[in-house]
Amino acid sequence: MLYFDIMNRVYFDHAATTPVDKRVLEAMLPYFSDSFGNPSSVLIEEGGPPRQALDEARKKVANLIGARSEEVLFTSSATESNNLAIKGLALAHKSKGNKILFSEIEHYSIMLQADSLRGLGFEVDFVKVDTDGLIDMADLKKKVTKGTILASIMQANMEIGTVQPIKEIGRFLKEQGVLFHSDGAGTCGQIPVNVQELGVDAMTISGHQFYGPKGAAGLYLRSGVPMRPILHGGFQEMGYRAGTENVPAIVGFGEASRLAQVEMEEKVARVARLGQKLWAGIASITYLHFTGHPTQRLPGHVSFWIEFVEGESLLLWLNLNGIAASTGSACASNVLAADETGLKASHVLTAVGVPPEICHGSITFSLGRENTEEEVDYALSVMPTIVDRLREMSPLYEKAKGGK
Amino acid sequence: MAQGPYSDKVMDHFMHPRNMGEIEDASGVGEVGNPACGDVMRLYLKIEDGKIVDAKFKTFGCGAAIASSSMTTELIKGKSIDEALKLSNEAVSEALGGLPPAKQHCSVLAEDALRAALEDYKKKQGTA
Repeated sequence: MLYFDIMNRVYFDHAATTPVDKRVLEAMLPYFSDSFGNPSSVLIEEGGPPRQALDEARKKVANLIGARSEEVLFTSSATESNNLAIKGLALAHKSKGNKILFSEIEHYSIMLQADSLRGLGFEVDFVKVDTDGLIDMADLKKKVTKGTILASIMQANMEIGTVQPIKEIGRFLKEQGVLFHSDGAGTCGQIPVNVQELGVDAMTISGHQFYGPKGAAGLYLRSGVPMRPILHGGFQEMGYRAGTENVPAIVGFGEASRLAQVEMEEKVARVARLGQKLWAGIASITYLHFTGHPTQRLPGHVSFWIEFVEGESLLLWLNLNGIAASTGSACASNVLAADETGLKASHVLTAVGVPPEICHGSITFSLGRENTEEEVDYALSVMPTIVDRLREMSPLYEKAKGGK
Repeated sequence: MAQGPYSDKVMDHFMHPRNMGEIEDASGVGEVGNPACGDVMRLYLKIEDGKIVDAKFKTFGCGAAIASSSMTTELIKGKSIDEALKLSNEAVSEALGGLPPAKQHCSVLAEDALRAALEDYKKKQGTA
């Protein structure tokens, strides 16, 4: 039925990761074998160029988000940044209170810290979102109480695309004297972000979501905000993060940040236009429900679920037709897990009201700068065939159509 | 063309499901669902002289669920009822070249659908 000898892949999964920009790779190469020195070896010649390269990268990342150089720390991943921010800030402010708030749609690297935080004596509560995925401000206001020291609310959710009103949330939290961390893995380098305007105290930045290499990420920490390290050892990263810096990856992260800033406007406009086209075309599929906010969302991000079509099957068929996407379907949630207890409906979809008992066909398309109009047209041409085919197989669809 | 945790066989049955569809005058129909994942599988059997002469399925589910349904219909066609009752989920999984651990329940679902269809047949025959 479908043609799967596809030579060219259509990559619509930029929320998962992006290819390293060739210019970024160029910038990284000298720091593997030539300028290989340890940036902490400041008293010998070999340490000089790597140290300068780190400083340079820090400046570039800081510029991207409107921060000062000394407010940017390098880590190994957004997951590490999220762990450092939450545990590090919580431990440093324990004398002021023990309550921590997360939104209920945070990434696992935030959500799954709850248990260990409780073990450290903290109380963790979750702030609700509405059906568009936006923070329920009334619930936030209700849950910020006397002992609340820290709140972590992501700027954009990569499964449903919703972008939160971080400025408004930041203003409220500041009035209440609550520290504010925001996971910006879905936004920094992808849409304009300015930490001063947003009013955040800490923000996670992920380089491989915007054409930087994996293995380097950042944490913005407002100057003067105390934070404890969670990795102990040498005095790297101003004492906040021990361990020899991954110099080549950090150089790449810096260069990717510089390029993202220079090319931001053009990229956002282009990706948004393609996303709108994809959204409009997909809307004609029956029994399709878009997820996330219709307008306050990431550009080029289209997410939806389709009744009577199971997500993993849809993802596999898209893949066979050369299209890379992702799914939040329970069936595909953890296909590599040791047993079926790993199969759970996405907590994000459940939070925005998608019925958890039915394994719906949730799909996320996240477009990037190299995608073309032809690729969008191609995806729109194959989608209906795949959906029809899976529905034809589904005993649930004939029931809905009034069959047996 | 294996895909991630799925074997060549699983992908083959997923892409080219055998016996997908319905049997109008089925001798027995079994429908089962799996709460872990939300899969729904319906199996149709045509039985003549105690022998399964035809089998078809409709499934709402993941790659493993579709492949397990397809493989089950292949394995039971031409078998007697007694032989079909002996079909285990392990046999389905094995015939598919193995399923990832988290997806073994899909083969259990196929076994359950088969048993439900045979129950339905017996009920219709008045022998249950």
